[in-house]
Amino acid sequence: MALVSASSAGLYCAAGGFHIDPMRDCDLALITHAHADHARRGAARYIATHDSVPILRARLGESINISGVDYGETLDLGATRVSFHPAGHVLGSAQIRIEHDNSVWVVTGDFKRDPDPTCAPFEVVPCDTFVTEATFALPVYRWPPPATVAEEIYAWWQSNKASGQPSVLFCYAFGKAQRVLAALAHLTDATVLTHGAVEKLTALYREAGVRMLPTTPVDLRTQRDYSGELIIAPPGAAGSRWMRRFKTASTGFCSGWMRVRGNRRRRGYDRGFVLSDHADWPGLLSTIADTGASRILLMHGHADTLVRLLRERGVDAAEFGQQRESVDEAL
Amino acid sequence: MRRFSTLYSALDQTQSTNAKVAAMVDYFEQASPADLAYAVFFLSGRRLRRLVGAAKLRHWLSETSELPAWLVEQTYADVGDLAETIALLLADRTDDAPLADVSLADFVVEQLLPLGKMDDDAQRDRVVGWWCSLPYQDCYLVNKLLTGALRVGVSQGLVATALAQVAGLPRPVILHRLMGQWTPNAEFAGMLLAQDDGKASLSRPYPFCLASPLEKLPGELAADDIAARLGPVSDYQIEWKWDGIRGQLIRRDGQTFLWSRGEDLITTQFPEIEAASTGLADGTVLDGEILAWQDNQPMPFSALQRRIGRKRPGKKSLAEFPCIFRCYDLLEHDGRDLREEPLTERRALLEHLAATFPERLALSQTVTGDNWQALALQRADARRRRVEGFMLKHHESRYVAGRKRGVWWKWKIEPYTVDAVMLYAQAGHGRRANLHTDYTFAVWRGDELVPIAKAYSGLNNEEIDTLDKWIRRHTRERFGPVRSVEPEQVFELAFEAIAHSSRHKSGVALRFPRIRRWRHDLAAQDADTLETLEALI
Repeated sequence: MALVSASSAGLYCAAGGFHIDPMRDCDLALITHAHADHARRGAARYIATHDSVPILRARLGESINISGVDYGETLDLGATRVSFHPAGHVLGSAQIRIEHDNSVWVVTGDFKRDPDPTCAPFEVVPCDTFVTEATFALPVYRWPPPATVAEEIYAWWQSNKASGQPSVLFCYAFGKAQRVLAALAHLTDATVLTHGAVEKLTALYREAGVRMLPTTPVDLRTQRDYSGELIIAPPGAAGSRWMRRFKTASTGFCSGWMRVRGNRRRRGYDRGFVLSDHADWPGLLSTIADTGASRILLMHGHADTLVRLLRERGVDAAEFGQQRESVDEAL
Repeated sequence: MRRFSTLYSALDQTQSTNAKVAAMVDYFEQASPADLAYAVFFLSGRRLRRLVGAAKLRHWLSETSELPAWLVEQTYADVGDLAETIALLLADRTDDAPLADVSLADFVVEQLLPLGKMDDDAQRDRVVGWWCSLPYQDCYLVNKLLTGALRVGVSQGLVATALAQVAGLPRPVILHRLMGQWTPNAEFAGMLLAQDDGKASLSRPYPFCLASPLEKLPGELAADDIAARLGPVSDYQIEWKWDGIRGQLIRRDGQTFLWSRGEDLITTQFPEIEAASTGLADGTVLDGEILAWQDNQPMPFSALQRRIGRKRPGKKSLAEFPCIFRCYDLLEHDGRDLREEPLTERRALLEHLAATFPERLALSQTVTGDNWQALALQRADARRRRVEGFMLKHHESRYVAGRKRGVWWKWKIEPYTVDAVMLYAQAGHGRRANLHTDYTFAVWRGDELVPIAKAYSGLNNEEIDTLDKWIRRHTRERFGPVRSVEPEQVFELAFEAIAHSSRHKSGVALRFPRIRRWRHDLAAQDADTLETLEALI
């Protein structure tokens, strides 16, 4: 029997007696990271990395029963030995390594290889079976260097400032927003305005010691002139009443999907910035090779495409679990 | 090319109409006449004739990117634009250098157009050379010019607004000068911006005047509402709304030109109409509708479709689907532009001329009624007459360029509807890329679902997103870009007409099918049957 099985409830390790990122109620949940599509209420007990704990408490409730672990620390769960390793996705994100009967599985959760000042960099964990996400598994998804994207965002902001417009940048509130704030800190020390949802997570990042630009939440009670300001908001705020105060704003969106023009045009954003917390096509292929795994199981996004290509190249590969879209990249 | 590329980026990076016009004005003011002509040509949606086939481009892309052909296809289906797919896969190598700064016109004339006369190897060398050496933006733009229309969110109307500003001329004058067929060159640019009209091209049509829809879906408008909105019925010229091809018939200098609304010259496709026009005086332009016509009534639109496809129809097709031109309006008489005259004047003159028209140039008869109520009653007869409803034109109306709300109205009859099950879905192109927006629907024949229509429009963005997610989770099989899905979702489709068709598996063809409602309340077995549809024919 496979060490880890996939069902509509999520991933389950029978030998260890735990679920990974479960979608339903269960006894013990190991959480790769605190995004809503990976961390849900309903587990009697949670285990996650120390950096994930405050975020999980903020999102799932202060009263959850949760223990924090260090990256690399080993736990004996049932008949398995388990450890968490940096995935480079967001603050606290981890791959989960499971060892049982001389066989090693690694479940990546979401991951990326590009540099990110807000979280520990991805660590290659050698394994036999590699369970990886495949959100951006098409060859057009190649990321430009993040520093270049930060410069593009800054140049856009400054050009809007010169023409007296506010700049509203839509970023997923947990992870992407903080990564942008950290990247821009290399270019300026100006204060950025934030939507409440972004501010809350940014405060948690600051407590974890991440260096970012100073931020102030948009004051909902007073009218003011926003020209020249950069405002960071979650994508859900687009088209809402909250946006009405930034009438003349130029709008931008940060996501890996912005690599394709139609995705940006369809949403009516003026600018799309290609910045993703997921591995791009070259990143997926090189990581799969780096792990030395003999069997590759793919989840999410374009998993079917990558399965077919790997099989053509003689790699043992299959789709695994339910295919869904990642919340932090949702359009 | 650099300036044109900058213009493209500026247009692509804003949603503001004013900013788009300003960017075009800036470009036009500094461009050489030949560059201006080519920029107008591409921005207004025109495209070069095909120089290299898309299949060839995809083959070279697969070879150059070292990706299997199926993966190139799948990627293209996801991106929805071949020019962009190529640039995304191949551009931005470290040693890329921008195009030498040739002008737009020189690039098209000296680099692109000669491709048409080259053999495969020479074509490949040149095109793949661009792909492997240009940075992203240049590579993308060259591919766009090579593969088709530019599609950068500006219309011919917006281009005309910018040109009008540059030339200091009224916009309708520019719109008129952009009509028909022209060659993008310095001479055309001079004519476009000239203060006086000079000698216009003989074949040039006028911009069509378009009507706005009156109905508010899905309910019927009450006669009282119409009276409140439009005023008394006596202010209007009312005609049946025919379902054919809107056209403009031009007779000048002993020659006839028949244009479709899509600005295609279709004179040779309809030799019987051309023959009927020889009696028209020089300097006559008629607005009307091309209809397949037999036994004193219009044939279904599908009959006309059989004729559109043939550049020079044979005897059989001429006899089987004879066509007429039904005249709506008179735009030019004795070489004089009548568009600023009120409709009553134009109509009086048209009726006078029509008295001597041959049978194939039939006058569009007016319909009268004492009040809107009486007209509503007559309108109920539209389907039997094989028309789509009424056209309402104010007696004082000028013949304006394009659709200007309140000038002309179309008061269409309620469409037919059918509840059908979604069977297949396909991602769209351009801004609908990566999103399933093209659907195939089916109805029951016994216990089998047979496809009856494809529909692309009718859902709002939120519904499209929800449905897209559902499709991804309920895919049964994938055939390239097409997915077959679990037959569970039922939609109410609206359509204008239905006819027998030997080309469709179901044996029926629907006219202008679109989605009206997502029937969350119905299950697949509640969908309609083919028999109920056939009963409508």
